[in-house]
Amino acid sequence: MNISEFIEKLEAEFDELEPGTLKPDTNFRDLDEWSSMHALIIIALIDTDYDVTITGDDLSSIETVSELYDIVAQRVA
Amino acid sequence: MAFFTVNKVAIKGIAAAVPSQIESNWDYDLLTDSEKKLLVKTTGVEERRRAPIGTTTSDLCFVAAQKLMSDLNWQPEEVSALVFVSQSSDYYLPATAIILQDRLGLSKSCLAFDIGLGCSGYVYGLSVLSSILSATGLKKALLMVGDVSTATCSYEDKSTYPLFGDAGTVTALEFSEAAKPMTFNLQSDGSGFEAIIIPHGGIRNRASRASFDKKEIDKGIVRADYNLALNGLEVFNFSIREVPQALKNFMEDTQSNTEDYDYFLMHQANKLMNETIRKKVKFEEAKVPYSMKKFGNTSSASIPLTLVTELREELQSKSLNLLMTGFGVGLSWGVSSIELDCIACPELIEL
Repeated sequence: MNISEFIEKLEAEFDELEPGTLKPDTNFRDLDEWSSMHALIIIALIDTDYDVTITGDDLSSIETVSELYDIVAQRVA
Repeated sequence: MAFFTVNKVAIKGIAAAVPSQIESNWDYDLLTDSEKKLLVKTTGVEERRRAPIGTTTSDLCFVAAQKLMSDLNWQPEEVSALVFVSQSSDYYLPATAIILQDRLGLSKSCLAFDIGLGCSGYVYGLSVLSSILSATGLKKALLMVGDVSTATCSYEDKSTYPLFGDAGTVTALEFSEAAKPMTFNLQSDGSGFEAIIIPHGGIRNRASRASFDKKEIDKGIVRADYNLALNGLEVFNFSIREVPQALKNFMEDTQSNTEDYDYFLMHQANKLMNETIRKKVKFEEAKVPYSMKKFGNTSSASIPLTLVTELREELQSKSLNLLMTGFGVGLSWGVSSIELDCIACPELIEL
């Protein structure tokens, strides 16, 4: 896995986002209309595609796309 | 481990009733248009049924039971057990099942009691009542399952209000030497009891004036302590962790696989959660019916309601092997496999 592929997957799930909006240093909370629904979508995506569990605590401890990517990369078997 | 098989009990029929009042999430004016779109896409819930004040879960179960008994040609005096599974009973006490015994004209020799479970309640209730019939040889029984959840959700809480709908169901069980076994695996994790909770009104936190004080928990989440509170992230993670694992263990223990089941019935929690579970256990989409689009999360009623609204024709004319799972409030979850052989299944009743 690599971060650009990871970003592509995230953008595909958030279908209100223009492709190319997400960058490694994008802060999730700066996105328009960021909501708890997006947190669920991220958890489901990462669980389904990488078999990695992301908790609510994980999400509150991070801000950017690359921080999320690092957690996933670390936990991928 | 609560893994067991119940023999000699057949399901003869299933019926469901919902309130006629439809509420659409497209009309939920606490959300912007794009929030509504995201809500519907993520939860899968577009419409829900809402019971008017004064209509109870038992009222919905009652009309469903009257219709089903008439279709099955069951006489009231033949029914020897009635179990009501709900977290929205008529009164704090007595148990609602006992009121239903009288209302349905059942005999005084009928045993009746309540079970207080939600999302896992159908699987649990089926295991309890079928076990009673199997162990005692009692002939006919009614399992009445449902909830009026809209009564306890705060309108200003976007994390609960758009999700839940009301429904009441009845399942008719009969002792039968020829019946195929029903298999169950039931699980609990009380460490998560606060994940879905109505904090006030029980004895731990007695109802007081403070129970009705509205508080802003988060943006778009305003509720009081007598309202339902839902920790969406925690429930989501619990469900996608425990439920697929429980299903995999169940299929291993029963030496079955997804091919052996005609349909896989899940508690209708929300679309994203259910689809994540479906993908993890690798059931094909065509085998996994959903009723949440039109009825929302109907708590313990969700599995029998989905059977009635989505599979009615086939249930009446075919023999179907079903895998079922209920999961949620408690935390509590269960898996069951049953065979339904040309059962009575009247059309959905609107009250």
